[in-house]
Amino acid sequence: MKLLTHNMLTSPGNARGFPLKIEGATVEEVETDFNAEFISRMVAKLEWDALLGALQQLGVAHQLPSAVPDKYAEDEAFLKALHHVLVEVEVMEGELVCPETAKRFPVKGGIPSLI
Amino acid sequence: MSRPELQAPAEIFYGEQEASKYLHNSRMIEVQASMAERALEMLCLPEGAPALLLDVGCGTGLSGEVLEEEGHWWVGTDISRHMLATAQERGVEGGLVHDDMGCGLHFRDGLFDGAISISAIQWLCHAETSEHNPRKRLAVFFASLYKALRRGARAVLQFYPQNPEQLQLITASAMRAGFGGGLVVDFPHSTRAKKYFLCLLAGPADPTFAMPNALGADGAGDGDGDGDGARAHVQNVGRSRQHARRAGAGKRARTPIKSRDWVVRKKESQRRQGKAVRDDSKYTARSRRPKF
Repeated sequence: MKLLTHNMLTSPGNARGFPLKIEGATVEEVETDFNAEFISRMVAKLEWDALLGALQQLGVAHQLPSAVPDKYAEDEAFLKALHHVLVEVEVMEGELVCPETAKRFPVKGGIPSLI
Repeated sequence: MSRPELQAPAEIFYGEQEASKYLHNSRMIEVQASMAERALEMLCLPEGAPALLLDVGCGTGLSGEVLEEEGHWWVGTDISRHMLATAQERGVEGGLVHDDMGCGLHFRDGLFDGAISISAIQWLCHAETSEHNPRKRLAVFFASLYKALRRGARAVLQFYPQNPEQLQLITASAMRAGFGGGLVVDFPHSTRAKKYFLCLLAGPADPTFAMPNALGADGAGDGDGDGDGARAHVQNVGRSRQHARRAGAGKRARTPIKSRDWVVRKKESQRRQGKAVRDDSKYTARSRRPKF
């Protein structure tokens, strides 16, 4: 599960089930092609605090600022750092925990299960 | 062979064996990819801009790969673990989520720029356990799809309805969830190439929204591919045929078999069924020179 996917997922059957907490995760890093246009388009769709929270839970080092910079579209260093955490960091095993009901959903082989 | 929906629930039917078919069977791969291409074409996304798309029932990610080639990023959901595991092995770029679409899609609101689904939503018409209610599951699915889409985004869902009642049930559920749009039927004259696409628009009614034209339909230019009988008047074909017979054409009105007219007409009807047919030329239906 990439962090971009995690940033979109909400807990089933719960209006306030976002963001899902990540517990006991093993992380892999996979290199993928950098697409500046796509990443800058994603910035508006992201929940920034949830992304920073997830990074903290995973203990992944990053160079992201605490808030989105104003002129992010031209800031290539920022976009590259964002690209790395969004699509190159992959949670392989672990559990997602609903912040409201504390229900647990497993992540197996890189695929989160919400059933 | 009976339909897969009647054999077992999706999470069981799409087991290891079925997943490997989607990996090795070139015909299956080709059909899936061509349907995904057609669905993507009907989404009418702005050219050259990478979009965030949702693939409902992504399976082994065959449809997702078509989206990747066009430069889009996608998230796929599926109920079968084996299919998703195969997708993961193949190293698809998109995100994969194991989820039951009948319980709703669990994404934040207004995220996606579009959604596609290839041969998946007919599964919702079947109750697998006593607590499943197809009507309810369809309603939950379409309501959550509507929420997950950005206002003004489109969803193109290809599916295989078993009978007209299912077709009606699925279309009505989508409309009840607030979607605009309707059904597009490609190659309506062919039993094999015929494909149903539910083309939906999320958000307020858009005056610029036009339904895509169906492929291989009569009068493809009228923008009404669903063939729901939106004609202004009814032609009485039977009567005119009778007139022709009475007008003295007699028995010779039939075009003789293997004549040029007959061949051209036959090619035309096969073209309508979506088959690959050679263009007409001056050599069409000409007999070959005699050989000794």
